[in-house]
Amino acid sequence: MKDTNTPLLTMQNLQIEGLSEDRWKPIVKGVDLSLVKGEVLGLIGESGAGKSTIGLGAMGYVRDGCRFSGGSVHFDGIELTGADRETRRNLRSTRIAYVAQSAAASFNPAFKLINQHTEFPVRRGLMSREDARKDAIELYRQLQLPNPEEIGFRYPHQVSGGQLQRAMTAMAMACRPDLIIFDEPTTALDVTTQIEVLSAIRNIVEDFGTSAIYITHDLSVVAQMADRIMVLRHGAEVEAADTATMLNAPKQAYTKSLWAVRSFKSAQKVPVAADAVPAVSLRGVTAQYPAMKTPVLNNVSIDFHAGRTVAVVGESGSGKSTTARSLMGLLPPVQGEILLNGAPLSPQFRKRSKAQLQAVQMIYQMADTALNPKQRIRDIIGRPMTYYRGLKGRKLTEEIRALLDDIELEPDQYINRLPSELSGGQKQRIGIARALAAGPKLVICDEVTSALDQLVAEGILRLLDKLQQEHNLAYMFITHDISTVRAIADEVVVMQHGKIVEQGPKAQIFSPPFQPYTDLLLSSVPEMDPGWLDRVLADRAAKRA
Amino acid sequence: MHHLLRLFVKRLALGFLTLFVVSLVIFMSIELLPGDVAQQVLGQSATPENLAAFRRELGLDQPPLTRYLDWLEGFLQGDLGNSLISGLPIRELISERMYNTFFLAGFAALISVPLALVLGVVSALYRGTALDKSINVLALTAISVPEFFVGYILVWLLAVEFALFPSIANLSEDASLGDRIYRTFLPALTLTLIVTAHMMRMTRASLINLLALPYIEMAKLKGASQRRLIVIHALPNAIAPIVTVIAINLAYLIVGVVIVEVVFVYPGMGQLLVDSVAKRDFTVVQTACLIFAATYILFNLASDLISIASNPRLLHRK
Repeated sequence: MKDTNTPLLTMQNLQIEGLSEDRWKPIVKGVDLSLVKGEVLGLIGESGAGKSTIGLGAMGYVRDGCRFSGGSVHFDGIELTGADRETRRNLRSTRIAYVAQSAAASFNPAFKLINQHTEFPVRRGLMSREDARKDAIELYRQLQLPNPEEIGFRYPHQVSGGQLQRAMTAMAMACRPDLIIFDEPTTALDVTTQIEVLSAIRNIVEDFGTSAIYITHDLSVVAQMADRIMVLRHGAEVEAADTATMLNAPKQAYTKSLWAVRSFKSAQKVPVAADAVPAVSLRGVTAQYPAMKTPVLNNVSIDFHAGRTVAVVGESGSGKSTTARSLMGLLPPVQGEILLNGAPLSPQFRKRSKAQLQAVQMIYQMADTALNPKQRIRDIIGRPMTYYRGLKGRKLTEEIRALLDDIELEPDQYINRLPSELSGGQKQRIGIARALAAGPKLVICDEVTSALDQLVAEGILRLLDKLQQEHNLAYMFITHDISTVRAIADEVVVMQHGKIVEQGPKAQIFSPPFQPYTDLLLSSVPEMDPGWLDRVLADRAAKRA
Repeated sequence: MHHLLRLFVKRLALGFLTLFVVSLVIFMSIELLPGDVAQQVLGQSATPENLAAFRRELGLDQPPLTRYLDWLEGFLQGDLGNSLISGLPIRELISERMYNTFFLAGFAALISVPLALVLGVVSALYRGTALDKSINVLALTAISVPEFFVGYILVWLLAVEFALFPSIANLSEDASLGDRIYRTFLPALTLTLIVTAHMMRMTRASLINLLALPYIEMAKLKGASQRRLIVIHALPNAIAPIVTVIAINLAYLIVGVVIVEVVFVYPGMGQLLVDSVAKRDFTVVQTACLIFAATYILFNLASDLISIASNPRLLHRK
């Protein structure tokens, strides 16, 4: 399939600049790249590495506030950076297509899927509307969408995330383009859904011999999808090689650090004494939203001990965050009880005393939106100290500075900053500090690392582990990321459909024999081995047979 | 569709409740006004006996609550009652005026709504260019100038200097449609200038807001032209905010025309209302205000329903 002689796409010394604070700053700093027909190139790097910008650049497109500032992009002999609008527009859909990260946001909410699918095949005169519809249904079938005959006649909000992502891949295929840019197409999906989308994308790309640029920050995903991998950092290439070489023998120190990122593991702790009173516990908690007929949580019991981490894992909608909401008193249980040091806690947060509120604090997934953008760090951290612990004046300032030291941010430098003057990882550190400032017994960490790059996430995990030891904190660690669980958990709770499927010490959950759902979850986590996807799919097919 | 109907019924019921409250408020406001009808009609020289007899005849000697309930009873049975001043049935008095007001408002709406939409789309399409800026400057100028001034300028220009249209929009009842359009052209144009800017700017802003969304970028990456992007991909998603503003402006065309009616001596509801307030003609004021309130409520209801119908998320549940 691969024609190694004629490159379909070549970038030479491509440079793209972005406007920030009235000055043009380089985003892509001279990238060379070449792609032959039928080849899949993986672009990998952390956020800000310029992956998406390069991917879009391959379509001759830059976002508003960006511009091509040097170099060239040749697609099948046509130079795109200098081409007029008409030329570039005519290539899109027909010859180069795009699959976006969030299909849910990238389908127009006002139109049915199939009408968005057939828009360009019909407009470009490639097919009649009737034929385009038939073809769409055929593509839906090939991508293993359920109900291929009907699914296209739904609106985007009526279709699940994983299905939308496949429908978007189908739409990209509509005109049978030569090149598809996949921009983190599975990042927003659960692992169990991701595996289906990955195999669907890979099959269809192989079937049609389409070339692809596959952008992701997840190494193990790119290992399954790409023939060749290019590692990017700060808008420049770090290194590029075929997939096997890149995985087995990375040359650059930065690449090696990316590869080694999952090395962190919290220390093994002694088991909790049998008669120890948990800091907080849930006993048979069942909760329900008033408007819904069935409970969202069903008979959930978890003990949180001081100095221990309970990781709660499951897919989106499994009830992980709802459990936290019940614990916080935001969604009062209809049955069961919540205990603090063995004493019952009011189901509603309004009826809890200040000391009880102080005991349970929360760290949020999006530090960006969880911190008040108008408050300085001093106030963000100082407010809970004053409110719960009555600290004022010089004592307050001392405590704030000590806490900033604790979270490894230089107090002099950071105490008067606004959240907008911090990086993503630093913001999350402030989120942690705010929870600690109250002096809690239990800290609920709701997907605290999932919006962060792997290297930054690892730093946060290390920090949380250190703080746990210093302050003897109990953690409830909500995540959908199994490798994070492996790194930090003492106990694991697996949830599905609002129920606990399995719970116990980490070593027990993560070793055979596996409970079937846990097995599905664990086996869906991509591994660095390029043969992983084939192996898992073959295993599953064998089991079904 | 089922929940749309249920919503409609619920909102309609709420609308009637609002009307009831409005009627109470108007009644009490008029009670608070100094002076009374009897004095107005009979003049300064009337003897106390005459005044008392006059009040008795019209039922004005009854306590306010009784009078209100009497009026409400009649109104609910479709009897709008008579004018306190002229004694003519209010239905007769108002129907002609109402027709005139709605005619003028409809005329202005027919010009201004399409104009605002087209200008909004065009300025969004050419945002940042000289065309966009000139449209905005013109629209803002029109909205910043007091409406009576716009009216007089138009009269001076089109009636005095060029003598294209009559400056006074007096209508005879049996005027032909053509004649009506000719005579109401200047007031309609004045109203158009007043309301277009608001609608046009909302259209432009709603469209430009959407342009940053991922599905618009997706459409670009599928190869959609600028025009297609705005008209086909963005506009259907901007219907809700645009319709809301159109509804407010249409209601304004009916309720807020008093000054324009005075400038052009146009025999509409606004003039009637002003006259009736001056004469303490309670029953007429009450009816006119209720018509105005009902207009507002109906336009708002319509805009809410259209907003919901334009949003597949609300129309087609999961």
